[in-house]
Amino acid sequence: MADETTLPTPDVSPTPETETYWEAAAEGRLLVTECTDCGRVYHPPRARCPDCLSEDTEWVETRGEGEVYAHSVTRQTGPPYDDATPYVVAYVELAEGPRLLTNIVTDDPGALSVGQPVEVCFHETDDGEHAVPRFEPV
Amino acid sequence: MTDHTAAIAGVYEHPTRNAPDKSTAQLHGDVAAGALEDAGLTTADVDGYFTAGRPGRVMSMVDYLGLEGLSYVDSTDLGGTSYVSHVGHAAAAVAAGKCEVALVTMAGRPRSRSGDGGPPSGPQADFEETYGIGTVNMYALAARRHMHEYGTTAEQLAEVRVAAAEHAQYNEDAMFQEPVTVEDVVESRLVSDPLHLLDCCVVSDGGGGVVVVSPAVADDLDRDCVSVLGHGEAVKHHDAGDIDLTHTGAVESGPRAFEAAGVTHDDIDYASVYDSFTITVVETLEDLGFCEKGAGGEFVEGGTLQAPDGELPFNTDGGGLCNNHPANRGGMPKIIETVRQLRGEANDPVQVPDCEIGLTHGTGGSLGTRMASTTLVLGGDR
Repeated sequence: MADETTLPTPDVSPTPETETYWEAAAEGRLLVTECTDCGRVYHPPRARCPDCLSEDTEWVETRGEGEVYAHSVTRQTGPPYDDATPYVVAYVELAEGPRLLTNIVTDDPGALSVGQPVEVCFHETDDGEHAVPRFEPV
Repeated sequence: MTDHTAAIAGVYEHPTRNAPDKSTAQLHGDVAAGALEDAGLTTADVDGYFTAGRPGRVMSMVDYLGLEGLSYVDSTDLGGTSYVSHVGHAAAAVAAGKCEVALVTMAGRPRSRSGDGGPPSGPQADFEETYGIGTVNMYALAARRHMHEYGTTAEQLAEVRVAAAEHAQYNEDAMFQEPVTVEDVVESRLVSDPLHLLDCCVVSDGGGGVVVVSPAVADDLDRDCVSVLGHGEAVKHHDAGDIDLTHTGAVESGPRAFEAAGVTHDDIDYASVYDSFTITVVETLEDLGFCEKGAGGEFVEGGTLQAPDGELPFNTDGGGLCNNHPANRGGMPKIIETVRQLRGEANDPVQVPDCEIGLTHGTGGSLGTRMASTTLVLGGDR
């Protein structure tokens, strides 16, 4: 299911709050969370709504589409990404609302711009156990 | 300037910027001794102690420094602004009668011992660290968005570095003492665009200390004491996916400090503004209300920040950009330089004439995820 990447993809450590998110990611689905009491759609996942602290929250599958909110081409950093420079770190604003931190995967980072449409892709973690969402220009 | 106002009686900035030959605890000891000597006090006078860092550090430092009979301790950790908050907390503790002589120390050696400390991972780690985030690229995202929304330019950000470097040439302890031009900054290599190497602060070993005392203690000292007139702090964060990268917690901490002190922007003669990166200063000045939101780039043009004659002289020690950013936490030197200005002890060419009211602003954490802001208004005759 997962796409190929040259970026390091460190292992993640799912918790009881986040394991559903990571299981979905391994299946190529990007989830966010919605509070059924107040309607807040949020990310990263947590058991209680960050607005009203309700426990009545549910997973929502996103379309995996969004746009670049802000991005930076990182040219110098520490391990494990030091061999992967230049790479792009960004906030992507999902169509469903939340802005999430991620990487933009592109051969031409200089051509990226704020507002550019992007779509999700998934990369297997280095331990092969999970997958993480990244984005690429549409 | 009421009777219950606590005061800063002593400050000390460690002169080292590279300390492979000392332990971090040893630096704490050096700055404790320096700050107490500056105040004319000894460890026997100390009944309150403040430091930040790894869990448990405060107890081991109380032990190491041999402090006895403490009636108040505080290990609040808000990253680089921890110590600015400590001064506010110490003033509150003094006002509440919890202690009379509060010692604040900090030290670290990220230059000679990389990997010393570092933020503990929180519940957000899998959603952030996975993607190769670091300090520079997170502030770079803030700069990118600020440029996108307000048209801020790289040349405008560079003006912040130019002013800091102008000041640093008079500080013999500063890590970088050479003046720079806007061209030097924008032509330096990109570390994480749009931030260039010269948009970034130094990485330095070192530390500093502050002594906050009650009015009664201050009145008995021979040293010039600087009143803590106002304090405000705030934490601003990712907001579960609704993050705004173009503002900081200063929108809340600033008004709190100004209101507590009963002063306005026009009263501020000098400002120490946390300068981890040039964008940090531009966003903070807007958020503190020295200019409109989005106009920070324009505000810093034309020597606004340059002492002694600029509209708002800032970071006259050279700041974190040129002088010192010990332990990757620049709040302490910000306090110290404000006190120097208010005592008339800044380096001669950058001493602000008749400096009566100073502002110290600290920033901790990351503009790209979650951060803390602390504002102090200092000054007044004692």
